[in-house]
Amino acid sequence: MSTKTLEQVENQFETFQILNEEGKIVNEAAMPELSNEQLQEIMTRMVYTRIWDQRAISLNRQGRLGFYAPVAGQEASMLGSQYALDKEDWILPGYRDIPQLVFHGLPLHQAFLWSRGHYAGGEIPDGLNIMVPQIIIGAQIIQTAGVALGLKRRKKENIAITYTGDGGASQGDFYEGMNFAGAYNAPAVFIVQNNRFAISVPVEKQSAAKTIAQKAVAAGIEGIQVDGMDVLAVYAATKDARDRALSGGGPTLIETMTYRYGPHTMAGDDPTRYRSSDLDDEWTKKDPIVRFRKFLESKDLWTEEQENEIVDKAKEDIKDAMKKADSTPKQKVTDLIGFMFEELPANLREQMEEYKAKESK
Amino acid sequence: MAQMTMIQAITDAMRNELKNNEDVLVFGEDVGQNGGVFRATEGLQNEFGEERVFDTPLAESGIGGLAIGLGLTGFRPVMEVQFFGFVFEVFDSIAGQMNRLRYRTAGKQSAPITVRAPFGGGVKTPEMHADSLEGLMAQTPGLKVVIPSTPYDAKGLLISAIRDNDPVVYLEHMKLYRSFRGEVPEEEYTIELGKADIKREGKDVSIITYGAMVHSSLKAAEELEKEGIDAEVIDLMTISPLDIDTIIASVKKTSRAIVVQEAQKAAGIAANVVAEITERAILSLEAPVLRVAAPDTVYPFAAIEDAWLPDYQEIIETAKKVVNF
Repeated sequence: MSTKTLEQVENQFETFQILNEEGKIVNEAAMPELSNEQLQEIMTRMVYTRIWDQRAISLNRQGRLGFYAPVAGQEASMLGSQYALDKEDWILPGYRDIPQLVFHGLPLHQAFLWSRGHYAGGEIPDGLNIMVPQIIIGAQIIQTAGVALGLKRRKKENIAITYTGDGGASQGDFYEGMNFAGAYNAPAVFIVQNNRFAISVPVEKQSAAKTIAQKAVAAGIEGIQVDGMDVLAVYAATKDARDRALSGGGPTLIETMTYRYGPHTMAGDDPTRYRSSDLDDEWTKKDPIVRFRKFLESKDLWTEEQENEIVDKAKEDIKDAMKKADSTPKQKVTDLIGFMFEELPANLREQMEEYKAKESK
Repeated sequence: MAQMTMIQAITDAMRNELKNNEDVLVFGEDVGQNGGVFRATEGLQNEFGEERVFDTPLAESGIGGLAIGLGLTGFRPVMEVQFFGFVFEVFDSIAGQMNRLRYRTAGKQSAPITVRAPFGGGVKTPEMHADSLEGLMAQTPGLKVVIPSTPYDAKGLLISAIRDNDPVVYLEHMKLYRSFRGEVPEEEYTIELGKADIKREGKDVSIITYGAMVHSSLKAAEELEKEGIDAEVIDLMTISPLDIDTIIASVKKTSRAIVVQEAQKAAGIAANVVAEITERAILSLEAPVLRVAAPDTVYPFAAIEDAWLPDYQEIIETAKKVVNF
């Protein structure tokens, strides 16, 4: 037995890139059709998100936000993919995927309320097709197969997209979700944001597979590995996957090669325990914002003033959103009881009365 | 009225709902062309088409995720878990996801899902087919758990379960599938979830039970009558939430009660029923509330099932203990 088969498989999953680290187009043929305004809008969103991430980390440290999973470094992966969606597409996010939800339509103050642990964070605005960030890693993948099948049965021109990390690709639900979507030829796009670490465990310890993209083979669906620090490549791959899904070509697995500059979450994780500064430096050079800025500047589409305006706007929006979150009424146990069922069963009716009495004291 | 087995009544309920509401979808392993391993979905795919009644890949977790996703796009999924012993594969979807969808979205999303699954002993199944795991479901906030014991109840409760806008776990005892026929109206009807049914009125002792143990309890009640003990048999039908009013009214009348379940003593829901009676009717009790349950071992090997499962004689003995306390 030789390992020839394995090599042949791996050779099919070379990293797809459009923009190199210097901001130069290296794959002109794959360049997506985006207007100058759209290119600027994508940059705007990435800068905005970087600022928001910095502020969120600092607000968390001040105790003004709760659970927070940093996103700096993953802006291209998150926002490039979301930009390829129609506003009625469904997003099934993991716990880190808050930016996609916000740019899909979730008000920022609700994202903050979700972070703090307030039900109003999950009170999804009517008509917004998202799920609340999923904490159980992998659950969003099987649910995506269901949403995608539902969209297909309803004959909608929409897809379901979901996100997990490199560690998540080891879960059973990851495989099952892709396999179900494949078996039903459902319009689903599965994105694995491979930031090389699942908390402290490097991706090499998750699997002997050289790429995560090749796991698509097990489900018989398309798979592609993308430079996740290249927003144009992420956008192009997602748009392609979306088009294919809607023309009956089935689901796609997209692996975005990315990096988180911050810790896993703000709950005490210290990346210096498991990541070398050399590795950090290597990925800082690939920064998606630096690279895209160079590209836009070379086309005279971006200036320092423009960027500063966005930084200011982001800070202002965050301040407003925090105020709105602060002024949201406190939760009551009777609220929680009320959300359990459409019609309360007897035990909860009884407990509702008990807590109403307590709360009126 | 027609004479139906419980499995026929279950099929009839699904047919009714498939006809009644085009959002109802029935799916699971082998439920399509094969009509289900117990024929519960027999003929439904031919009648309603593959878009409505369909097979899935062999993966319970995926089936649960499929149900949640289809529910989000406006469908009303009726998913089957082939045997409830396989629930562990789909535990997160049922007890970590669909049960809390309404809550975590402050009512913006819901999971109008019915999880059907056979369970129960006495038919010498291989491992992990017969286990009574309803206690796990009853401990999960956000779920309703229904266990019918007659063809009539099975149909009315399943129609209610499918129409409920929150998730319902509907457990079907395998031994009851074809063991007898009962009168079932051909037209549609519902039985309210969360309501118990007094299957036999009595004044000396309340026997509170569900599933196959309803029939063992009724048999025990017949024997007890010969000895001058008049037992009231309450079929809970919905084990979560409990019908506290019916239970307490009965206990206040009889002053004595036993709770009978097929599950192990540390499992099931008997302990919960005892606790509710103690909290609400202790001054009416002439004796402690005793439980009839299986020993706290793993579910038995098929060949020793009969010695392990609680039977009507044990119910008689326990009822007498309470009466003669």
